Amino acid sequence: MILFKHELRQNRTSLAVWTGTIGLLMVICLMLFPEMKQQMAGVSKLFASMGSFTAAFGMDRLNFGELTGFYAIECGNVMGLCGSFFAALIAVNALSREERDHTAEFLLSHPVSRRRVVAEKLCAVVAQILILNAVVLALSLVTVAAVGEVIPWKELMLLHLSYLLLQLVLSGICFGISAFLRRGAAGVGLGVAAMLYFLNLAANISSRARFLKYISPFGFCEGADIVSNGAIDGGMLALGLLYGALGMVIAFVHYCRKDIH
Amino acid sequence: MNVTNAIETVKLTKSYGKARGIIDLNLTVPTGEFFGFIGPNGAGKSTTIRTLLGFIAPTGGSARVLGMDICKNREDILRAVGYLPSEAVFHPGMKVRDVLKLSAGLRGADCTTRARQLCERMQLDPTRKVEQLSFGNRKKVGIVCALQHDPQLLILDEPTSGLDPLMQREFFRILGELHAAGTTVFLSSHVLSEIQRNCSRAAIIREGRIIACDRVERLTQASARRVNIHGAVQLEGLTGVRDLHADNQGTSFLYSGDINALIRALAGQQIRDLTLSEPDLEEIFLHYYEKGATRHDSVQA
Repeated sequence: MILFKHELRQNRTSLAVWTGTIGLLMVICLMLFPEMKQQMAGVSKLFASMGSFTAAFGMDRLNFGELTGFYAIECGNVMGLCGSFFAALIAVNALSREERDHTAEFLLSHPVSRRRVVAEKLCAVVAQILILNAVVLALSLVTVAAVGEVIPWKELMLLHLSYLLLQLVLSGICFGISAFLRRGAAGVGLGVAAMLYFLNLAANISSRARFLKYISPFGFCEGADIVSNGAIDGGMLALGLLYGALGMVIAFVHYCRKDIH
Repeated sequence: MNVTNAIETVKLTKSYGKARGIIDLNLTVPTGEFFGFIGPNGAGKSTTIRTLLGFIAPTGGSARVLGMDICKNREDILRAVGYLPSEAVFHPGMKVRDVLKLSAGLRGADCTTRARQLCERMQLDPTRKVEQLSFGNRKKVGIVCALQHDPQLLILDEPTSGLDPLMQREFFRILGELHAAGTTVFLSSHVLSEIQRNCSRAAIIREGRIIACDRVERLTQASARRVNIHGAVQLEGLTGVRDLHADNQGTSFLYSGDINALIRALAGQQIRDLTLSEPDLEEIFLHYYEKGATRHDSVQA
């Protein structure tokens, strides 16, 4: 596991910054909740009358005055979008960075199989995502308790599980892309995450674009669906996991065969 | 492992689409040899090395390193090989000692003592961060990484670029010791004096093909001779004259024709002094690189 540890060491600053930033945003959002709750009558009317925007974020099906509704929308956007950017970024850089920085030659001149390189890098990506999610979840739970709210365990756990799975799916897709890239990987990773996010928003706005939910993995971590159904949509989750797994398999197959420059 | 040849390639070819890499490369480096691999930038030296080490896959032919197939036994080969790339680049934020430890760890070995000895001899501070190092000092890190596990075969790609002359001397002293202990050294360089001083045999690569491969003495003793004449001479009708330079002081040229014909041509001319000498490797190298030089006729391997 020497490469795994090496990867974690290489990414520790980035992980700390992203974890700190997302954690802080979650804490700030949650600290705003008591005040939001008091102004709920006006706020609910406002959010419910924003047309497509309301539908896009599922605000027509959630009560902003309840912690679960607030959490699913506000915190969901922070965790969903920022967490996805983080996952996409570290995954898309994992393999491509070695060629971009010309360190692949150093790494692969040692008696380690490419399969092992890919596997340990993938494990490191997953580990970083787990660390970030664990820290953010802990901070969120502490903050919810600190603002005097009862922790809605089931909903919060389901929401966080869906964000975690979303990040893993996105990291799998971007990891697959990483095996093909040498330069510009960060832009591609962020672009893919943003595109999939907006595809899901489009699917929420128009029934004609509903099929996009099956393309974007953001479809299965829709806060409004999870809170109202009390479960993650199994079909969409399976599809998302399939995309992620496909990305990982492609990474293994391509990286083990490609010419390293 | 007891094998006859450290490196053996048969019609090894690597093409990048339409671009040339290496073509039908036949090369044999016996174990225990100090072998030179000469060619200018873009000739195919690095492509050859990268193919042998499995960074890139050959598009034709085959190759064995230490008796092992380069496509099937990549990890076993790398376990026994020390490789120094032409440009040593390491992960940012790491200290020299971390890089050395990582390199040893990836080999599953504890090379602490040997690494310390090499750092002392190469005057390398292991506490420095790699991104703070000069090109030459980064090269030293690469050298220690390549040598610290006492490999059977050393593949060195332009190893002295960036090293000062004193450090180059120490580096070749270390290589000499390793070679004396049985290590095969494959030295790729365009610094011909390095090859001439250190290697027993050498191959010259040109446009992806080996155009000459022989003992270094024999390469320098090729049929051509450097002729320096003080005085005015006429060389009309004399065949085998190349690289001709004439000025008021005299005439200098490489001669590969019949020596009797040369003597007859010079007889009766106003010559103050005449020297015939073996051309140095630089001249041999340029000779093989002359436009229109017959490629395969020169291969003696």
